[in-house]
Amino acid sequence: MNSIKIETIHYSLNYGNFRAIEDISIKIPEKQVTALIGPSGCGKSTFLRSFNRMNDLIPGVTTEGEILLDGEDVFKMDPVSLRQRVGMVFQKPNPFPKSIYDNVAYGPRVNGLKDHKKLDEIVERSLRGAALWDEVKDNLNKSGLALSGGQQQRLCIARALAVEPSVILMDEPAASLDPIATLRIEDLIRMLVENYTIVIVTHNMQQAGRVSDYTAFFYTDETRTGRLVEFDRTQVIFTNPKDKRTEDYITGRFG
Amino acid sequence: MNRAELKASSAVQSAAQKQPNRSNLKQRHLSQKFAFGALWVGGALVMLILLVVVGYVITNGIREVTWEFLTTAPRGGLSGEGGISTTIVSTVYLIGLTIVIATPLGIGAAIFLTEYAGETSVGSKFLRSLINLVHFGVETLAGIPSIIFGLFGFALFVSVLHFGFSLLSAGLAGACLVLPTIIRTTEESLLTVPMNYREASLALGATKWQTIYQVVLPAAIPGIITGIILSVARVISETAVFYVTLGGSARMPTSIFSSGRTLALHLYYLAMDTNAFDKAMATGAVLIISIILINLIIDFVSSKLTAGLRENQ
Amino acid sequence: MQRRYRIDKGIKYLLFFSAIVSIIIVFLIFFFIFQSSLPAFQQIGLRNILLETTWRPTNGQYGILAMIVGSVMVTFMAIVMGVPLALGAAIFLAEVAPRAVQNVFRSAIQLLAGIPSVVYGLFGMVVLVPIVRRIPVPGNSGYGLLSAAIVLAVMILPTITSVTEDALRAVPRSYKEASLALGATHWQTIIHVMIPAAKSGIIAALILGVGRAIGETMAMIMVIGNSVIMPTPLTDNPLTIFLRQARTLTGNIAVEINYATGLHESMLFATGVVLFILIMIINASAHLILRNGERS
Repeated sequence: MNSIKIETIHYSLNYGNFRAIEDISIKIPEKQVTALIGPSGCGKSTFLRSFNRMNDLIPGVTTEGEILLDGEDVFKMDPVSLRQRVGMVFQKPNPFPKSIYDNVAYGPRVNGLKDHKKLDEIVERSLRGAALWDEVKDNLNKSGLALSGGQQQRLCIARALAVEPSVILMDEPAASLDPIATLRIEDLIRMLVENYTIVIVTHNMQQAGRVSDYTAFFYTDETRTGRLVEFDRTQVIFTNPKDKRTEDYITGRFG
Repeated sequence: MNRAELKASSAVQSAAQKQPNRSNLKQRHLSQKFAFGALWVGGALVMLILLVVVGYVITNGIREVTWEFLTTAPRGGLSGEGGISTTIVSTVYLIGLTIVIATPLGIGAAIFLTEYAGETSVGSKFLRSLINLVHFGVETLAGIPSIIFGLFGFALFVSVLHFGFSLLSAGLAGACLVLPTIIRTTEESLLTVPMNYREASLALGATKWQTIYQVVLPAAIPGIITGIILSVARVISETAVFYVTLGGSARMPTSIFSSGRTLALHLYYLAMDTNAFDKAMATGAVLIISIILINLIIDFVSSKLTAGLRENQ
Repeated sequence: MQRRYRIDKGIKYLLFFSAIVSIIIVFLIFFFIFQSSLPAFQQIGLRNILLETTWRPTNGQYGILAMIVGSVMVTFMAIVMGVPLALGAAIFLAEVAPRAVQNVFRSAIQLLAGIPSVVYGLFGMVVLVPIVRRIPVPGNSGYGLLSAAIVLAVMILPTITSVTEDALRAVPRSYKEASLALGATHWQTIIHVMIPAAKSGIIAALILGVGRAIGETMAMIMVIGNSVIMPTPLTDNPLTIFLRQARTLTGNIAVEINYATGLHESMLFATGVVLFILIMIINASAHLILRNGERS
């Protein structure tokens, strides 16, 4: 039985007067892949971004309830230190306009690491961890922007790994990639989960089925407020869902 | 990728995870506090500079700005006595002349650059390089210092064309100076007019010019007006170009061939040739207040522009 | 029906003419200025113009090296003083100031930009010069490079700040998010990601600032002293060179144009040509820096 890595307790978020997500209570298990699925606009990304407090960047956002990482209240932590423990990969690959090496080394450098040898080690380790090392090892000085879409996304994953987080958040990581690149990312996720807790938002139900151990189904009605409908092992959600709305979504009756 | 390799490196990685890297967190936060503090100080410094300059000139000048000051002519020469009535008139005439010359040319050029850029006709490659050349010309003009425009005006308008030191020479030189401003702001403004306005008009059977005149231009008016007002502000502030083409007569201009001095030039003459620093401050106060008013007008027109855009969306 | 199309065609040619007017004007400017300067270049010679420091038209001496040095020095000093403040103001505006403060601050910058140069010159004469005069160095009149550079720094600040602000705002939001998500602080993100990403815009801002500085005329005449002698230190302390009076290339033109005739007048046009070339050198080197930056 895995321990709980992240727990949210009656968590809600408002954009000004608009209630984006309401009363989400969930326990994300450690070193498993948890997928957040559901139709568009039901707050999955907003929820995901709460784990590393990226929503703090948006003015007018207020929250209720708690989010605990390893038992600590995330909102009482220093966000900078939180983001070193919880990394994020974005929907559209966003490598910096720097070399591959400088992209991956950015996180450690920013945390104060200056030792060249250690940085070299971390860069190689992270690129291997993201399954990109063999393709770029001969030219680490090439610009990160010169890589293909799929390679750029793996670079972003390497970059996130270099900071040595314990959780990796992925917001539709393969959404802008072709099918082959997508499968490589999915393989990578299955490898990474041996050492990291992964929470992934995806629109692609088949992907959720292939890649995740646990699935959370979100839903919204006319109020456009997102709610958690069901959370269970992926197998259960996909073959024997308890809620009718989950079943309708899985079988494609809407969304 | 090799599974064994991956397992090995991930083992190293999970070992590293157990020691969180909090090495320099406090230091980084401190650096940020210090840096942001310095930036706030810098911002305050800039505001202070503005307040000191504007405040000093206005407070020292405003007491001389009486109705009499505004309606009496300056004595001219070395005396520094009198007011600024003739300079106000000269300035207004000069603004009018410059705008009248530059605006049609500038708007026309901008229309050509944006609306006829996509023409696919026989000479289209020639057209494209011509448009690039015009853009290059506008860029170059924008970078030329005011005094060079003055020299140019002196050589061509004052001397060769024998217009002499006059409002006409100054107006022509000034028009060259503000032309890039009008072209650029008009171009920008035309580009924000949505394509489907043009398409709708053409689909109804209107000619290109009818479309431009009746649909595109009206939609671009606020931006064009902003450009014109910016040019007005430039004419008020600019000195070097007019110093060399206008002459310096303190008398009331009677025709476009009259010499004269703008408010800004009058301030310069007062400061350099006379001891009447109080009158110079007063002139400065009038100038600054005019600029503040113009800035407010520009802000008003710009906000109308963005409101109009929002309506169109 | 036919008439509409004829009007359309006629208008097109009118517009075409308006467009090429700008090219014509550029050409005319180059032509007239160069043509009027030819007598000076031919009769005095490039070496005597550019390398001689004696400017005594009544004696037939037309060396403008002192003015070149004056222009370059005052511009350099203005850049050193004004750029850090301008960049700081831009970062402040783009990343640090809350919305309400931004609006007020931006209006303030706009106002600073709109103040006529002669007003800055007047302020310099009445306020700045007396203050600088207090520096206890013999021969210090208050007028000179230092006062002029301070005035110039304030004048170029709005230009550099607003173009730099635009450049910073143009940096894609995704870079900022990626940096913060990696555990960098806001300040680290600004320094290590945003400023490098905005590099070409910032360099463009600096070029504009330098161009404005070199081209400024009237405010300079009012505070720089207009001495035609090569600026040198006033005492053994080399820093006192900044208290020396000087003259800019632009000032040279404006101060003498109203009474110069013949060769003297032609020489002033030649000064204009030298100014032109100086500006072109600055622009070209900046483009080179930009292109080199892009290549790496």
